[in-house]
Amino acid sequence: MKLKFIQEKIFNVLMLLSTFIVLAFLGSILLTIVRHGLPAMNWDMLTKLPGGGFYIGKEGGVLNAIVGSLYIVGASTIIGLLVSIPIVFYINVYLEKRSIAGYFTRLSFDVLYGIPSIVYGAFAFAIMIYFGLRTSLLGGIIVITLLIIPIFVRSMDEVASQLPKDLLDSTYSLGATRLETINVVIHQIAPGIATATLLSVGRAIGDAAGVMFTAGFTDSIPTSLSQPAATLPLSIFFQLSSPTPEVVNRAYASALLLTIIILILSLSGRFIMHKFSKNKI
Amino acid sequence: MSTAPFILNNAFRSLYSAAGLGKIAETEESAATELMQVHKKSKNIEIHKLNVNINGNHILKDINLTIPDKKITCIIGPSGCGKTTLLKSINRLIDTSAGVHIDGTVLIDGEDIYDRNTEITHLRKKMGLLSQRPTPLPMSIYDNVAFGCKIHGIRKRKELNVIVEQYLTATGLWDEVKDRLNSPAAALSIGQQQRLCLARGLAVEPQFILGDESTSALDPISSKRIEDLFVNLRENYGIILVTHTLRQALRIADHVIFMYLGEAIEQGPADEFFKNPKHDLTKQYLSGVFS
Repeated sequence: MKLKFIQEKIFNVLMLLSTFIVLAFLGSILLTIVRHGLPAMNWDMLTKLPGGGFYIGKEGGVLNAIVGSLYIVGASTIIGLLVSIPIVFYINVYLEKRSIAGYFTRLSFDVLYGIPSIVYGAFAFAIMIYFGLRTSLLGGIIVITLLIIPIFVRSMDEVASQLPKDLLDSTYSLGATRLETINVVIHQIAPGIATATLLSVGRAIGDAAGVMFTAGFTDSIPTSLSQPAATLPLSIFFQLSSPTPEVVNRAYASALLLTIIILILSLSGRFIMHKFSKNKI
Repeated sequence: MSTAPFILNNAFRSLYSAAGLGKIAETEESAATELMQVHKKSKNIEIHKLNVNINGNHILKDINLTIPDKKITCIIGPSGCGKTTLLKSINRLIDTSAGVHIDGTVLIDGEDIYDRNTEITHLRKKMGLLSQRPTPLPMSIYDNVAFGCKIHGIRKRKELNVIVEQYLTATGLWDEVKDRLNSPAAALSIGQQQRLCLARGLAVEPQFILGDESTSALDPISSKRIEDLFVNLRENYGIILVTHTLRQALRIADHVIFMYLGEAIEQGPADEFFKNPKHDLTKQYLSGVFS
């Protein structure tokens, strides 16, 4: 057999192997949380707040953490999008392709992308102490927004930097100002916005370190921005730290809930963006 | 086909019927004719001593040209001679490139387009562009045509519907797409996409149409359709085409400009230019010594 066909076969096997390893990891993670979590899963977990003694095995659920997480993720995703789209639009439409400002903006966001969330949390905590603020829903939203803006910007920028110059030129030649091209740009980078949103939501909902210092933790549902808010990852952490086996199993049930929420958000995100990006050239 | 008078007539009709003045048809007709005459009034493009440098490269050298209105002007010449740069200098799309330095004057309607006070969006609206490859906007077929009108302030659905239908008809696309106006423009064939781009450009009512090798990416049949459209449209628009195909220039040009290494070597009416070229370089180019 010729060498190139042998290479083809070897690489085929290697590629299949890597795919299999990743799937095996995913499968075993899911299996573990389902095996431990499913028996502990019940309607109370979804619909009830933790009662007194919940963390030592008494009645209750994690509704506080579900609602808290959704509040924080929802608000920070919307604010993050509103801040990031203008940044991406500016560096790709207003700045020249190889401008120094564009280079440094991208570099800064790369650095911010790599900063661990605990650092964001500590930073926000220091500021909160300086201003005499307490842990609150607002604090959690702000820190998670800061955490996901670099993800938004860098992943949207990857797509936006591929914007065809001809497309922008055609829009200008209709008499459009740079600002008026935003409609065209957004339609064209819609798949990038979708990917960025999915990555950001995943990071935001799964983050524990950033919200620990800023949003705090509570057994109730916050009714204002100034009250502390619980989040699912922290709730899982506290339940896992319990010496009681039932509570540890409830932690797995909460992890299962978190996974299901991410799955639902991802699927609906993809569905919505598919609608938006059908016109992409 | 005469699109602009058709549009103007129609605009007047809707204006009068909206005001309940349908009976005064005579006034309507005469007003429309008057406007048509204004539109038909010849407005040439005058270029004086135009020099364009891009990142230190002298791309256009001392260009002096007159481009006639209501005619098809073909810019011919070998690759890299500055044809596209010249075209982009006329609608100031060249401004969007980095490191450009421009000297000289380009007069359109007697106005210097490089004057500080010139409103660049207004200028570009006057100079419709049809690029080499079709560049439909990432929107539906309908929105592609309506987009330009919307940014120039036409927002009423009824008005937009009329405009979309008229210009899609003018480019021979209406019958092909009328049942799927909301489908993505990207789903059309390449030839249809190019006609859509032409309709989109016409919808903002330009004065000139600039074509940058607009048929080179198309199959022969689509290419012929675009050529025929240009021939029909010259009654109402000045058309400036950069072309690589000498035969295309022979078929449709009324006026020809020959460029070589950034200079405008020769220009003149097509008949004279092709039958009796004056410059040696032009003779060599036309006889195929270089291309």
